[in-house]
Amino acid sequence: MRIHCPYCCTRGVEEFTYRGDATVRRPDLDAPEAAWVDYVYLRDNPAGPHAEYWYHAAGCHSWLVVRRDTRTHEIFSVQTASEVSEA
Amino acid sequence: MNDLSASLPPETGRRGKTQPMRWARGNGIRGDKTIRFTFDGRVLEAHPGDTLASALLANGVRLVGRSFKYHRPRGILSAGPEEPNALVELREGAQREPNSRATVTEVFDGLAATSQNRWPTLKHDMLGANSLLAPVFSAGFYYKTFMWPASFWEKVYEPIIRRAAGLGRAADEADPDHYEKATAFCDVLVVGSGPAGLAAARAAAGAGARVILCEQDSLTGGRLRAERVMLDDRPGWAWAQDTEKYLRALPEVRIMTRTCVFGRYDGGCFGALERVADHVAVPQAGQPRQRLWRIVAGQCILATGGIERPIVFPDNDRPGIMLAGAVRSYVNRFGVVPGRQAVIYTNNDDGLRAAADLHDAGVRVAAIVDSRQPSSTAAQAMARQVGAALFAGGAIAGTTGHTGLKAVQVRDSAGKTRRLACDLLAVSGGWNPDIALATHHRTHPVYDDALNAFVVSSPAPGLHLAGFAAGALTTDAALAQGDALGRAAAQGAGSDPATGCAMVLPRAAEKEGYAIAPLWHALGRAGQAGKAFIDFQNDVTAKDVSLAAREGFWAVEHLKRYTTLGMATDQGKTANVNALAMMAWERGRSIAQTGTTIVRPPVQPCAIGALAGTHRGRHFKPHRLPPTHDWAVEAGCVLTSNGIWQRAQWYPRPDETSWQETVNREVRSVRSSVGFCDVTTLGKIDIQGADAATLLERVYVNAWRKLPVGRARYGLMLREDGFAFDDGTTARLAENHYVMTTTTANAGAVMRHLEFCHQCLWPGLDVRFISVTDAWAQIAVAGPRSRDVLREIIDESFDLSNEAFGYMGAANVRLRDGVGGRLFRLSFSGELAYEIAVPARYGDALARLLMRVGAPYGITPYGTEALGVMRIEKGHPAGPELNGQTTAHDLGMGRMLSRKKDFIGRAMAQRTALCDAARPTLIGLKPLHASDALVAGAHLLPRGAPADAASDQGWISSSAWSPTVESWIALGFLSHGPQRHGEVIAVHNPLAGTVIEAQVVPPVFVDPEGSRLHA
Ligand SMILES: [Zn+2]
Repeated sequence: MRIHCPYCCTRGVEEFTYRGDATVRRPDLDAPEAAWVDYVYLRDNPAGPHAEYWYHAAGCHSWLVVRRDTRTHEIFSVQTASEVSEA
Repeated sequence: MNDLSASLPPETGRRGKTQPMRWARGNGIRGDKTIRFTFDGRVLEAHPGDTLASALLANGVRLVGRSFKYHRPRGILSAGPEEPNALVELREGAQREPNSRATVTEVFDGLAATSQNRWPTLKHDMLGANSLLAPVFSAGFYYKTFMWPASFWEKVYEPIIRRAAGLGRAADEADPDHYEKATAFCDVLVVGSGPAGLAAARAAAGAGARVILCEQDSLTGGRLRAERVMLDDRPGWAWAQDTEKYLRALPEVRIMTRTCVFGRYDGGCFGALERVADHVAVPQAGQPRQRLWRIVAGQCILATGGIERPIVFPDNDRPGIMLAGAVRSYVNRFGVVPGRQAVIYTNNDDGLRAAADLHDAGVRVAAIVDSRQPSSTAAQAMARQVGAALFAGGAIAGTTGHTGLKAVQVRDSAGKTRRLACDLLAVSGGWNPDIALATHHRTHPVYDDALNAFVVSSPAPGLHLAGFAAGALTTDAALAQGDALGRAAAQGAGSDPATGCAMVLPRAAEKEGYAIAPLWHALGRAGQAGKAFIDFQNDVTAKDVSLAAREGFWAVEHLKRYTTLGMATDQGKTANVNALAMMAWERGRSIAQTGTTIVRPPVQPCAIGALAGTHRGRHFKPHRLPPTHDWAVEAGCVLTSNGIWQRAQWYPRPDETSWQETVNREVRSVRSSVGFCDVTTLGKIDIQGADAATLLERVYVNAWRKLPVGRARYGLMLREDGFAFDDGTTARLAENHYVMTTTTANAGAVMRHLEFCHQCLWPGLDVRFISVTDAWAQIAVAGPRSRDVLREIIDESFDLSNEAFGYMGAANVRLRDGVGGRLFRLSFSGELAYEIAVPARYGDALARLLMRVGAPYGITPYGTEALGVMRIEKGHPAGPELNGQTTAHDLGMGRMLSRKKDFIGRAMAQRTALCDAARPTLIGLKPLHASDALVAGAHLLPRGAPADAASDQGWISSSAWSPTVESWIALGFLSHGPQRHGEVIAVHNPLAGTVIEAQVVPPVFVDPEGSRLHA
């Protein structure tokens, strides 16, 4: 797989570190424990389009949100995580 | 007809000479030069350009190996990488390489090849008796025969099977050759250099694309070298040669021969194996044996041609039975005739070509057995042309000849069988497009009823199939398709459509026909006597497929696993379609309904050495060396691995007899005077920005806002699940400037974590991070005389007194010689101690300087072992305590958790179970007898309790002999630990079977008041 880093251009997947689901949102401190359990432990595992965090460890150290199809590995879009979080 | 049953004609006048079957030069052979090689110790001659297969055939060697299960004599079936039979061991000693296909092995002067899977010799193989055990080895034999009794499997059956069934022997020594990896980029990758591939590469290059053309063979041309195709009145191979020369002269074209593209992966990535030095005796100096390529291509054209199918009939595996297309390769490219009297067996017009080529090479073609009824006009014409008997609607009902074909039984359309003497049977069951690369990545092939083969109808985006791989049946069609797709691919990869100019294509002189009428089993159900092989390499027969069908294993994935069909190193390239057709027939379904399995990379075997590349031995992982490494080695240190860091473990003196003695001395020197230790390996992260303090507040459990400039603080980080993640000190160097230290092991993970917290959770914060681990050499100087030593080093204008620069102080300093550095008053040992940081390039000099100025104080370098002993003595948690399963409470740091702010892990750390006082909590342990060794991993039990899981109350995490306390000491975790100080408990080591009594003590063994620290 190759990922198009907005800063470094298209690079091989071995430069990146995978984290997982980029759709989860960190709850507020006073959120119920169930919300925190969801956030920390529970992940969907969709067969199909998915948004994931990838870290350009051997490059610019950007956290990226990569939207890709988990069945075909086709990548639809790559954005920086800060851009997504701020939106 | 009588003459046909006569014996073989006598050998020609070349009898007794070398290479008796070489009839001409062949378009791929340098006949002017002779080289020598050995096969099973026999010295034979060949010419440059020969494969081992062509050279063996030239010398009249037909028996090449024994089959996997039944040890059947086998010869050479094909002339390409699909070869299932002719597998040999190449070279000797450490370079011995088993299961090498003779059909793709280039002969070089001095090559030693050996047959395999036979004992004692190829001709007299005792294990041929396996054929008598055939019922035992039938489909599913692993699952049925050896099920009971279970103990017999390991002791009896498996050793027997392992000895009897198998392939070659791997070398017993490490591979002495080198392998390397490389990456290449192109707009258009063309795989295969037959007419379609060459035309495609030429058109793509002409349209302005950067092109890589990969050919697994040593020569370009593909089937143009195997066939006598004339293109514009010139031999097809000559056109290929000219086109290659033209392409090589273009600056943006790279032609890679001997390079097999073995896999297609995501994002336009292809794996390829270049056999750099397989065709020479020894790689040149500095040259790798093989090179593993990753090719990143915008577009790809697969011009991989096709693979001919054998026909399934009884005893169809004897040496001398060969694919018709392979026969033409040997005759035309290599100038070798694989026999002296031939029979052709075909279900299509393409197979007839072998008759003409053999005839023109002086081989007598006794008969053409054409399964079609009526036979084609082409077959009738060919039979007349070569003077062969034609059996329209005929079949081969059997063969004879133990170690080589002697005759075939031909059954004519009336059902009458007669014997025909021959030593060569050229077989064609039609051709399969080679679509393996197109089907990687889960593209499912579909069955094409017109072509009678599987094709890829909708290839992945950016992938194009050209030539026979796409079903093009003639050379003209292949050329035209390659040309058109080459241009299209160039444009798809971004070339300007205006650039491409139409090129003149040569035209084939002859009309090429195919006219296939499928024939999946020569005799049908009635004729299943004798072994009719489908998968030659794994010895799977038509009977096995029928058996699988009867026993319910008819789904293709079941068929494959039950019979092992297609699971050998050839991936069933010549077998799979025949087997599927057989299964379809057994089930009364179409082949399309039966379906096919998907294939995975690599399409050809790939040596593990090539996949490993340079990552072997000490290069398996990189080594990181701290800046004082050279000095430490000079000083005689013993090295240890700390992750990928190589660190000094201790510095023995000549008079010391054990490492324990050395470590004791190092510890005592620090505690009584002064020592130093390179701590560069700790992660160092530079943090700057107006919101740096806010970020620290959120990643550490404790408070940071009020830390003054010029001070450092210990911090603990949790994971979001509430468990401890990492710890270290962070110093504030300026208003908005901090430098954080992490543990050695977690340096990368903490960096990634900080970036995650900032970029994903709180992107609004004005803060930036950079790793400076490699930028600074950092040395701990510890012991009561450390201040005296530093006074000799630090510029005298800097006040080192306890009042001016107290515990946890941090400052930018200048050394006496002018070098700028940083000084921290930190202590891991519990003594008065400093950490001094200088730019990494001065680290070596700093170590030497410390030795010089510290000499009057008896300064002692110490290694990681003494460092570890002293941190246990002082009760500092480290890796064994921060093991991912312990909380801040467990570590005795529960009170550090701030209640005034949100931080990573706070919410989950509050979970009831994680705050349970019964959780094992950090304690110290001292054995009742000082010399009783405490071992990390031992279990803690109440005194007198049985050594079982129910009594288990904790464990030892770290232990050491303490020269300071003069006793073994340990850190560990014990249920209700802090309330049990003073209690005597049992320490059970189940590995050694020992129980030691030890007292629970506070986890600080030295200077609990901290007076040394603050001195
Ligand atoms: Zn990047």
